[in-house]
Amino acid sequence: MEQVDRQEGRDATAMAVDDPWYEATASGWSGETATGASGDGRLDAVPRQRVHSAAEIYLEVQRSPAFQEVRRRYRRFVFPATLAFLLWYLAYVVAATAAPGLMARPVAGAVNVAMIAGLGQFLTTFLLTWAYARHARLRRDRAALELRWDTQEMTRGMVQP
Amino acid sequence: MTGSHQTLALVLFSVFVAVTLAITTWVSRHRHGSAEEFYAGGRLFSPLENGFAIAGDYMSAASFLGISGLIALYGYDGMLYSVGFLVAWLVVLLLVAELVRNCGRFTLADVVAARMAERPVRIAAGTSSVAVSVLYLVAQMVGAGSLVALLLGGSSEAARSWTVIGVGALMVIYVSLGGMRATTWIQIVKAVLLMAGTIALTVLVLLRFHGDVNSLLSTAAERSGHGPGFLAPGLRYGGDWTARLDFISLGLALVLGTAGLPHILSRFYTVPTARAARRSVVWSIGLIGSFYLMTIVLGFGAAALIGPDEVRASNASGNTAVPLLALDLGGGAGSTGGTVLFAVVAAVAFATILAVVAGITLASSASVAHDLYTSLRRPHAKQYSEVAVARVAAAGIGAAAIGLGLLARDLNVAFLVGLAFAVAASANLPVLLYSLFWRKFTTRGAVWSVYGGLIPAVLLVLVSPVVSGSPESLFPGVDFHLFPLQNPGAVSIPLGFLAGWIGTVTSPEPPDEARHAETEVRSLTGAGAV
Repeated sequence: MEQVDRQEGRDATAMAVDDPWYEATASGWSGETATGASGDGRLDAVPRQRVHSAAEIYLEVQRSPAFQEVRRRYRRFVFPATLAFLLWYLAYVVAATAAPGLMARPVAGAVNVAMIAGLGQFLTTFLLTWAYARHARLRRDRAALELRWDTQEMTRGMVQP
Repeated sequence: MTGSHQTLALVLFSVFVAVTLAITTWVSRHRHGSAEEFYAGGRLFSPLENGFAIAGDYMSAASFLGISGLIALYGYDGMLYSVGFLVAWLVVLLLVAELVRNCGRFTLADVVAARMAERPVRIAAGTSSVAVSVLYLVAQMVGAGSLVALLLGGSSEAARSWTVIGVGALMVIYVSLGGMRATTWIQIVKAVLLMAGTIALTVLVLLRFHGDVNSLLSTAAERSGHGPGFLAPGLRYGGDWTARLDFISLGLALVLGTAGLPHILSRFYTVPTARAARRSVVWSIGLIGSFYLMTIVLGFGAAALIGPDEVRASNASGNTAVPLLALDLGGGAGSTGGTVLFAVVAAVAFATILAVVAGITLASSASVAHDLYTSLRRPHAKQYSEVAVARVAAAGIGAAAIGLGLLARDLNVAFLVGLAFAVAASANLPVLLYSLFWRKFTTRGAVWSVYGGLIPAVLLVLVSPVVSGSPESLFPGVDFHLFPLQNPGAVSIPLGFLAGWIGTVTSPEPPDEARHAETEVRSLTGAGAV
């Protein structure tokens, strides 16, 4: 039973984790329940062996596939996203200083390119906030919580032999 | 300026002080005196509450008065501040909030010390946190002073000085009696008041223009005397290349500084889990984003309805644009509506200053007591409890901020905040990101990155045109400026990152793999989080 669960979880994961952006938008169509079941849930549990110190426990958890998976999901979302919004912001700032002529070009009435770009920054910030919160809630929270209990159980076992 | 709106504003402000003091006493009735309670308010705030408190901590008088004032004076260039202040929250949300909540207990230094030799990194991170907080406090004090100068209808130096002293004294009372729990509730009350006041003013501005943003913008451009140039970048930062570089420098500082502000980081410890920390940041991004969108309307509204010249006549750096706008929207000086609205805005701005100041004081007293005192005390000296030290530290920091606030009173508030952000981005952010994400980071790297960002940032400000060599500087009489930019960010932020990297690669000791594993596992899963 457990074996089956695990297998399903791994397949779903391999399929869905590939592109966090794709995931964020695609799951918006399929709705809560569908993505909830597509299973960030059961990853490989941390292998339980007899361990002696807290340092060894943390090293072992760090090496476990379940943790590596959580870390990979986190980083594959935040690193590209951070790079993207920082570049977009820098481009905006540099354009405002180096190309004021372009920024002053009127678009409609009193609204010019600079206004559109500034409001665009607000919009992308809101969108990325939403996308990140959704990604973390659906793709990471449950797996991280399981790891937390597993790790704490192991460290407790260490304190009370 | 008639007497009636002064009186009303003072009455409203006294009500706010009375309410917040009541909160403080009510909260301190249940006080346990534990560090958990004092620094983190028991860690049981909900994401919604903490989201409002974060927004309250962040939306300072600098934003409310300073940014709207800059937009009223310089048009689009003032708006660049709003964008930077908001985008910065993505750094906090994506890279910092959850991981810091999981790894630390009360301060920034906790996160770094989790995998490094404790004493040197605590001293370094504690020092830089206090430096950032004091700079930020000065900005708030200056805001309080200029608001009162307007309120009392003249440049009564004594009144301004007493205001700054009064604000300082109140914040020490809030913080040392109420700790984090009282400070949080004050932030929440203030955030609600500020949002309500801003929404009301924005609606009034838009109603005045019959909801036509286009006509608001073109009226502002026309009234400014700059024509369409008022709506495009370049009025303030468009001059020579020094001014343009200065702007890029400021832009970097704004977007990277927020994640290094000690009073923002300490807010994540008031919620129980990383998930709650994330949800509180999402709430605060919603609040802060809509607030800055409204300050843009207010700034252009002030330019359109009051005119940049009259704003400049009231306060050279534009800090009084929004109160003047409120007076006009209510029906002009002497009318009942104008009186009431002006009084409300003045009281909200006071509340804002008080609340922000309390938040920063609390965070810096935590740095003094939890990081500096515990690392620097002699082992056999008489032991005072950390919380007692924090209470005394709050008073000391209050005194320092009052002194500097009196000295710096003629500088623009938003600009001063820009400096605080530059120091935060140079000294605090590199060490935080390296600790959370870089496996090979070592103690030497941590210490070097803090000092390698802090010292250049502070030195460059001292030899910049802010301090000497121009008519607007702190000491206009003398000239010892060597560095052309007002904001040091473009130089000092890369230096902070570079110093951390050099310190790490030249380290004699290898990185501690086990403690890195512990930091990484704890930061991403929350295992062992307090």
